Amino acid sequence: MYRTLFPRDLFAEFDRLQREVSTVFDTTPGIRGLGRGGYPALNVGTSPTSVEVYAFAPGLDPTTIEVGLDRGVLTLTGERKRSLPAPDAKTALHLEERFSGRFRRVVSLPDDIDPDAVNARYTDGVLQVSVKRREAVQPRRITVQ
Amino acid sequence: MNAVTENRDPAKTTVARSDAALLPPVDVIEDATGITLYADMPGVAKDRVQVRIDGDQLAIEGEIALTLAQGVEPTHAEVPRSRYHRAFTLSKELDGDKVSAEMNQGVLRLRIPKADHAQPRRVQVQVS
Repeated sequence: MYRTLFPRDLFAEFDRLQREVSTVFDTTPGIRGLGRGGYPALNVGTSPTSVEVYAFAPGLDPTTIEVGLDRGVLTLTGERKRSLPAPDAKTALHLEERFSGRFRRVVSLPDDIDPDAVNARYTDGVLQVSVKRREAVQPRRITVQ
Repeated sequence: MNAVTENRDPAKTTVARSDAALLPPVDVIEDATGITLYADMPGVAKDRVQVRIDGDQLAIEGEIALTLAQGVEPTHAEVPRSRYHRAFTLSKELDGDKVSAEMNQGVLRLRIPKADHAQPRRVQVQVS
């Protein structure tokens, strides 16, 4: 159904296996499945002021990527067209590992995000979605009386 | 047989295990005049990609450079490393001196032409 981003990397595969096993046995998996693997690969980082989502989606036309935010759920959808020529008598396809087809990935964001302060940038094949968190919930120092 | 064979011999691989890198997925297409290789290396800028040819060894490498905002702590990582590396052994009809490379939105495209003497020609089958 889906391909991993870095196929045949044995160590990464063991790593993934171990993580999936620990996800299954230690905690309950998310309602949307294990949520790993697939295209694009996601890295997520948080800071007190924002949530940053990096989607490793090379070779796309940025205008075709749809970024949606609905009730705290960020959805990235799009399509990566197959760029290879149809094989004929004169060409041979020796390796075909890169993803092609439609993709959809979903990230559940923290409750304190501001749905109006989202921006997305596409550079060098990485889509960076930056979502601001509301001021009110940012950590503050409280003076002791 | 593949004209580009992947180098899987650990003794030949220069990358130590501690220096593990991401293995970029590739497409390899051969036509009459050469081979085209596409590699997905998202996050690698044009000046951070390296294509090295040493004898019959072709190595592609890239360094991911992401602009991390201040105070951002990684909470989930499916791309756990910041370096790509993959090596192939070229067969001898390929001309390593004439390799051209271009990088576009995280996709590396390599064109390796066949040497002139290896260009296709028709061989007459003798009937005895």
